[in-house]
Amino acid sequence: MRLINIKPSRMTQLLLALLPFVLLVVAYGIGSAARLAANPSDKLLPALGAITDAVNRLAFLPDPRTGEYTLWSDTLASLGRLFAALGISTAIALVVGMLVGMIPYLRALLAPFLAAISMVPPLALLPILFIALGLGETSKITLIVIGVAPIMIRDLVLRVLELPREMIVKAETLGGTSWQIGLRVVLPQILPRLITSLRLQLGPAWLFLIAAEAISADSGLGYRIFLVRRYLSMDVIFPYVIWITLLAVLTNLLLDWLRIRIFPWSELGKGT
Amino acid sequence: MIEVDNVWKEYGDQIVLERVSLTIADRAFVALVGPSGCGKTTFLKLLLGDERPSQGTIRLDGKLLAPEPGPDRGVVFQRYSVFPHLTVLGNVLLGKEFSASRIAARLGGATRRAAIEEARALIAEVGLTGSEEKYPAQLSGGMQQRLALAQALIMKPRVLLLDEPFGALDPGIRADIHVLMKRLWNETNLTVVMVTHDMREAFTLATRVVAFERPRNAPAERDRYGASLSQDISVWPPRVAGGGDPDTLTLSPDRDDPIHPTGPSRDDPAHPA
Ligand SMILES: Nc1ncnc2c1ncn2[C@@H]1O[C@H](COP(=O)(O)OP(=O)(O)O)[C@@H](O)[C@H]1O
Ligand SMILES: [Mg+2]
Repeated sequence: MRLINIKPSRMTQLLLALLPFVLLVVAYGIGSAARLAANPSDKLLPALGAITDAVNRLAFLPDPRTGEYTLWSDTLASLGRLFAALGISTAIALVVGMLVGMIPYLRALLAPFLAAISMVPPLALLPILFIALGLGETSKITLIVIGVAPIMIRDLVLRVLELPREMIVKAETLGGTSWQIGLRVVLPQILPRLITSLRLQLGPAWLFLIAAEAISADSGLGYRIFLVRRYLSMDVIFPYVIWITLLAVLTNLLLDWLRIRIFPWSELGKGT
Repeated sequence: MIEVDNVWKEYGDQIVLERVSLTIADRAFVALVGPSGCGKTTFLKLLLGDERPSQGTIRLDGKLLAPEPGPDRGVVFQRYSVFPHLTVLGNVLLGKEFSASRIAARLGGATRRAAIEEARALIAEVGLTGSEEKYPAQLSGGMQQRLALAQALIMKPRVLLLDEPFGALDPGIRADIHVLMKRLWNETNLTVVMVTHDMREAFTLATRVVAFERPRNAPAERDRYGASLSQDISVWPPRVAGGGDPDTLTLSPDRDDPIHPTGPSRDDPAHPA
């Protein structure tokens, strides 16, 4: 049988999916054991036991100085910033994207501007933001918004323009006004795409968040990683990285689940 | 009555249509035929108001056509005529919701119930009863086109414009939908203009067949000379809307189409056999 026609069963599929993760942990264990055997005070690849100790200390024991559970207060601070920024970006993208996509005059006015804006490297703006908006939450949230909103807007504009002309004409022959067509024909059809667009921006959003937290913050997952870096505390950095990844993966799955729940039709046309 | 008076349509340097004059009587069923690329869709877009003539005028009942599509002219395209995010019922209701509620474009209470009643009747008329809650992606091609017809007809348009609406359907399903189309044309106060590349379809359905042709079709001349009317044939024996006996109409699809009994059609998986 051809390789392209041999398909794994469900059980095999599950095992295969787990395999790379297991291999990674095993490889880490071997590497760590080898380094520690050569030098018991090696900090680069701490033993798995040391990592679980650190997780235990950060997640389940209050910090002796502040009385807070470090992992949770860091997570709360970071997610607060991230979701605030993503919420603002999504709202901006929806309003601007729909208007620019639907109204030719606004498109003529804004499309070239948006194309230029989305090419500005956001991290290069970070010093300006810190100077103009201070070192507080505003500048961090603004950085993320500047980083992800223009791309989301352009994505939505493209999606609006991709709607078949026939569909819009049909809505006009049903007597729809610009507003009604926007509300009942365009909006529902681009909302699933907005969610997908948001999912694709999760990666960049985390990047900008951690960059901002690394430079100026007193809490947050990125702040912690860059703080303990000075002590080479790999036992803290590794679990934090895994935790951030896990949060991003879960958000991604949750958003896709929401899309299918709210817009069941968006799943139907696929594959045809 | 639709009066097309000496209409030209140019795209940039390319002349697509020239010297097109045509008067379409009320309740006529006009089939537009012609080789691919000769401007049939362009002509339909002019009637629709989606494109404007470069020269000449188009009048509907004596008044110049509005420069954009409106509810007096319904349309069914070959594809993309229905909304994928609305159910069958939602698709048919949409026109009602647009006209009844300017801001929310949604109905509630008694008006909604009345609109649903009307929509269900139309859905039954096109043979989609039982599929009200399905999305278009769950319907076959033929069912989607019937849905598009019902959706257009709820606005009670004066003119129904069809651009190769049945071109992508299998022959058997096409014959079914021809029967439906004839019935709708007979029962509603409709003037129909249908583009088709299928001569048999044209003569099966229409009261009048109009052919477009490019008189000069040499490559060097193609852009400088547009297509215009080359044939205008009234179908014999004459068909009159509302004139036929509906029973004969439903039972004898036409000439060489296979005969189908009335009732659920073959492209309706929703109906148990
Ligand atoms: N929006 C447009 N811009 C430029 N040329 C167009 C446009 N629409 C149609 N045409 C040209 O007009 C001609 C007729 O097209 P069309 O009306 O679609 O033909 P038909 O429907 O008879 O196959 C074609 O040569 C096509 O390239
Ligand atoms: Mg065409």
